[in-house]
Amino acid sequence: MARDNVVAGATSAPPGEATGTATATVAPRVGDDAPRPDGIPKATGRFAFSSDLWIDGMLWGRTLRSPHPAARVRSIDVAPALALPGVWAVLTAADVPGRPTFGLEVPDQPVLAGDVVRYHGEPVAAVAADHPETARAAAEAVIVDYEPLTPLVDPAAALGSPPIHPDGNLFRHLPIRHGDPGATGTVVVEGEYEVGMQDQAFLGPESGLAVPADDGGVDLYVATQWLHVDRDQVAASLGLPVERVRLHLAGVGGAFGGREDVSLQIHLCLLALRTGRPVKMVYSRDESFFGHVHRHPARMWYRHHATAEGDLVKIEARILLDGGAYLSSSNAVISNAACFAPGPYRVPNAVIDGYVVRTNNPPCGAMRGFGSVQVCYGHEAQMDKLAAAIGVDPVALRARNALHRGDRLVTGQVLTGAVPVREVIRAAAARPLPAPADPDGPVIARPGGAGLTADPEDITRGVGFALSIKNVAYSEGYDDYATARLRLEAGAGGEPVATVVVATAEVGQGFVTLAGQIVGEELGVERVVLAPAGTAEVGSAGSSSASRQTWVSGGALQLACAAVRAELVSRAASKWACPTDAVEVSPGALRRSDTLERAGWAELLHPPIEVEEVYHHRPTRALDADGQGDAHLAMMFAAHRAVVDVDRGLGLVRVVQVATGQDVGRALNPLQVTGQIEGGIAQGVGLAVMEEIVLDTGRVRNPSFTDYLIPTTLDMPVVDAVLVQEPEPGAPYGAKGVGEPPAISSGPAVLAAIRDATGLPLSRVPVRPADIALADPSG
Amino acid sequence: MVRIARPVTVDEAVEALSEEPGAQLLAGGTDFCVEVNFGHRRPPAVVALRRVDELTHREVTDEVVTLGAGVTYSDLVGPLSGVVPALTAAARSVGSPQIRNAGTIGGNLATASPAGDTLPVLAALGARVGLRGPGGERTVALEDLVTGVKRTSIRPDELIVEVAVPRVRGSQQFVKVGTRNAMVIAIASAAVVLDRDRREVRCALGSVAPVPLRVPLAEASMADAIDWERMAAPAAALTSFGEIAAEAAAPISDHRSTAAYRRRAVAVICERAMRRCLRDAG
Repeated sequence: MARDNVVAGATSAPPGEATGTATATVAPRVGDDAPRPDGIPKATGRFAFSSDLWIDGMLWGRTLRSPHPAARVRSIDVAPALALPGVWAVLTAADVPGRPTFGLEVPDQPVLAGDVVRYHGEPVAAVAADHPETARAAAEAVIVDYEPLTPLVDPAAALGSPPIHPDGNLFRHLPIRHGDPGATGTVVVEGEYEVGMQDQAFLGPESGLAVPADDGGVDLYVATQWLHVDRDQVAASLGLPVERVRLHLAGVGGAFGGREDVSLQIHLCLLALRTGRPVKMVYSRDESFFGHVHRHPARMWYRHHATAEGDLVKIEARILLDGGAYLSSSNAVISNAACFAPGPYRVPNAVIDGYVVRTNNPPCGAMRGFGSVQVCYGHEAQMDKLAAAIGVDPVALRARNALHRGDRLVTGQVLTGAVPVREVIRAAAARPLPAPADPDGPVIARPGGAGLTADPEDITRGVGFALSIKNVAYSEGYDDYATARLRLEAGAGGEPVATVVVATAEVGQGFVTLAGQIVGEELGVERVVLAPAGTAEVGSAGSSSASRQTWVSGGALQLACAAVRAELVSRAASKWACPTDAVEVSPGALRRSDTLERAGWAELLHPPIEVEEVYHHRPTRALDADGQGDAHLAMMFAAHRAVVDVDRGLGLVRVVQVATGQDVGRALNPLQVTGQIEGGIAQGVGLAVMEEIVLDTGRVRNPSFTDYLIPTTLDMPVVDAVLVQEPEPGAPYGAKGVGEPPAISSGPAVLAAIRDATGLPLSRVPVRPADIALADPSG
Repeated sequence: MVRIARPVTVDEAVEALSEEPGAQLLAGGTDFCVEVNFGHRRPPAVVALRRVDELTHREVTDEVVTLGAGVTYSDLVGPLSGVVPALTAAARSVGSPQIRNAGTIGGNLATASPAGDTLPVLAALGARVGLRGPGGERTVALEDLVTGVKRTSIRPDELIVEVAVPRVRGSQQFVKVGTRNAMVIAIASAAVVLDRDRREVRCALGSVAPVPLRVPLAEASMADAIDWERMAAPAAALTSFGEIAAEAAAPISDHRSTAAYRRRAVAVICERAMRRCLRDAG
C-alpha cells in the first residue's frame, strides 16, 4: 500500500514547514531563539500525533495483558475471540515467527508471554478487529488459564530468591573501588534514602499504524525515540531482513525515556502481516501505564567521611535499583547511578556498590536523568547532613568540594571538559529570593491550593539547595553515532534549498529548529526542509535520549554541511579549472580569488549536491573490575535552589520558586533551552512531592491521571534560570545537552527545602502528606 | 450498539427512562465517560440530558437557592458565585476548567461518590433533592438520597430535577485536602456552617465515610462553646471540635492515602474551617 494514503501524522515536521520558510529574510543561526514550527500547531490542536494516524480500511489492534504479577499460563483459548464477527486475528506467543523475545540490551522479554507471566500488565495476546470495540470484546473473550504464583516484589530479597527468569535475578552488580578503601574522616555522616517509582507520564499515549507492503515487508508509522533500534527488534521477531521493515516517525507526544523500549511495535506488525491489512493501535491512558518502562525505584545507603574543615575524604554507598521483570536499559542505569553516586564533588576515596535486580514489579528503564536522579536524592541529603555536622553553610560546603576541570571522578576518569560547578552554584545562589508569602494573597496560591486548606499562620517557608552531575550520550564504549544526509539544490527561483534527512526522532527536544539553525550557520541557506524521519531514508541517528542529539545529530549535520561546501568548491574549481583553494564561498555565491570571476550556487547545483555523513563522538571505554575507566563522554552540571511553603498540619506543599544555574556549554536555541529547564523542573518537582506508581504486591494501583498525579499550574513554581555558558571542547558549537539536568537536582532541592521548613529528616520521595503531618517531631 | 435518547423536556426524559430500564443518564459525562473509558460501564442505553433546558434553571430567594440538576460547577463558580459560598468553593475545587464546564451538580449527587465535592456542603446546609419519575415529583433530604458508596435511593425510572439549598445567615466554609494543589480527588473534605439565627453549628465530612457524614456531637459541643453575641470561641474549643469530628469519621486506607492521615486531616480542616467561620462572622 502506498505511503501517500497515510493522511495524518506521518511526520512531526511536514516538508516545507520544518524551518526557514520563504518568509524568512535571514537564515536562522546557531544561538537564535528560533521558534518551533510545531509549537503553535501543538498548542492549537492541529498537530498530527501518532494517535491521529488513519488509513482507509484499517483494522484496530488491542493487547490482552496479564492481571497477575506472576503466574504460570496453563492454557490460552483464542477460539471464543476468533468466533466474534469482525475479528481478524488473535495472536499468541506461538504466532511470533522470528525471535520470540525483544530488549534494548538483551532480548529477555517475550513479545507475547509464553508459559509464564512476570509482571502485572505483561502482554499475552494481540487482537485485530474491524472496530476498536470489537477488538476490546475479542481481547476479553480470550480465555487464559493462569496459575497465580507468589510474586517476588521486594528487590532486597531478589538475590536470595529462586530465579524468576532463566537469566536469573541479578541484572548487574557494579562495584567502584577508588583510592584507599580504608580511608576515614574525622566527621562521618550516614543515611538511608528511598525513591519511589516515577512514570514518564507523556501525554500522547503509545500509538502506531502498521501497513503491510507488497514486498512482504511492513511499513510502521510510530511515535518512538529511536527508529533504527525499533526496526532491528521488529525485524528480528518478524523473521524478516531489516530492509523489509521500514519505520517512519509519527508525531510524538512526549517521551522522556518511556519510548525507548518497544511497546506495540512488534504486535502491530505481526497483526498487519497476519491479516494483510493496515492495523492501528492506540493505548488508552491506563494501558499506557502498563505499556512502557518506569523510573527505577531506589534504596540507598550512604556514609560520607570528611575532614573537620569539610573536605570530603571518602564516600561509601550501596545502591539497590528495582529493575522489575525485564532488563530494558537497567545495566546502563545502574552504571550512571554508581558512577555519579558521589555527586559533582571531589572524592579521593570511594567504595560504591550498585545493584539492579529482577523482580515481578513493572519493568523499569530509561527516564530523564537515568540513574542520576535517584542518587542525587542520596548525595545531596548527605551533603546537607555533613554541613550540619560540621556547622558550615551547606552551599559553601558544596562549593568547597565542587569538581574542577582536571579532577577525577570516582571512576578515575579525568575531567577534561568544561566543569563550571562553582559557576552554577554561584548563579543559582545569586538569584533574588521570592518575596515573603503575602498574608492577603490568594488562598489558592498557598499549600493545598484550590482546596483552600491553609491560612497564613499554618505555613512555614523553607529553602533548599542541590547540585547534580549527569553524562551526555551513551557510555562504556558504546558507539552511539548519528547519520545525516544533506541535499542542496536550486529552488524554482534559483535560490538554494537544503533538505536535511536524519532519523533523529523529534520528541520535543528541538532538533526541528536546530537543523535549520545549523544549515543556516554553516551555509547561510535560508530555505531548509527537514524531511520526514524514517529508516529507509537514512542511517541511524541513535536515540533521542541521554541529552545527546544536539551533540551527535548536530555533529553529523555540521559534517554534512562541510561536505556540501567542499563539493561546491570542487565544482567551481572544475568549472574554472583552478585549484580549490582559489575558490571563495559566500552564501549563494562563489568567487575565484585570482580572476574575481563569480558564479551563483544555482549554476553549480545541476545535479543537486547530496552527501551523507556519520558522526562518532570520542570513544569511551568499559569500566574495569573496580569500576575504573574513561566510561563517559562529557558531564553536565546544574544547581537548583528551591523555596517552598509547607503546611505542617496537613503535610501539604507549595513550591514557590526554583532558581537554577545550568551548565549548557553553549545555548544553541536559548528559548528552547529555557523550555527544557522549565519542563524538567516540573518533572523534578513532581517526583519530590507527588508522582509515584503505587504498587500493591506487584499490582499497579493508580494507572490513571486521576490517581497518578503530575504537577498542575498551581503546583509549578516560578522558575528563575541562568544559563552558564562555557563551551565544551570537542562538542559541536561547544553545546552540551540540556534536557536532563533540570529533572535531576530540582527535586532534591525541593526535598531539602521541605526539610528546612519542617525540621523533619524526610528520607523518601515522593514526600506524602502523611510523612509530614503524622511525623514524630522528635524524629 | 448503545441506544441513545435525546429528550428536550423532563417529562420526555422520564418517559425515555421508563422505556429503557437500565438506561444511563448522561449530563456532563465527567464520571460516566471515565467509567466507559476504563471499560467499567457498558449500559445498553443512554438518556442524554443536555437538551433539557428545564434542568438548568436556577432561582435565588431570601430563603432558598434552587439549582436545576444541570447547573454546572462553572455556573457555581461564575454566575452563582457567592450565593452559597461554600458551594462555590467546593465547585471551584473540582477538576479543571473543562471539567467544571461539563460537570453538573445533579451528576455529583447521582454519582454519590464519597469524594463528591459538593456533597458535604449540601449535607451541612440541609439541602433537599427534587426527583421526578412516572408517578410525579418527590423530594428527599440529601442524607436520604445518598445511601452508600455510589449508591442512592433514586429509583431506576427517576431523575434528579433540582436541589434546594436553604440560605443561612452566618458564615460557611468548604475545605478539601488532596495531594496536589488542583485537579485532585479529595482525600478528606469538610463543610462547616454557622447558623446565627438558630445558633447552630453544622458540619459534614467528605471522603472519610461511605456517605457525606454529619458530625452531631462535634456540632453540639462547638455550638455550646461559641459566644454567639461576640462570635468568638476559645482556641481549645476549636481544637476539640476538630478532634470530635475526627473521631466520628470512618476513613479507609487506599492508594490515595491512609485512614490515619484522613482522620488527622479531618481534625485539622474542621478546626481551621471553624476558625475561619468565626473570623468571617466576627
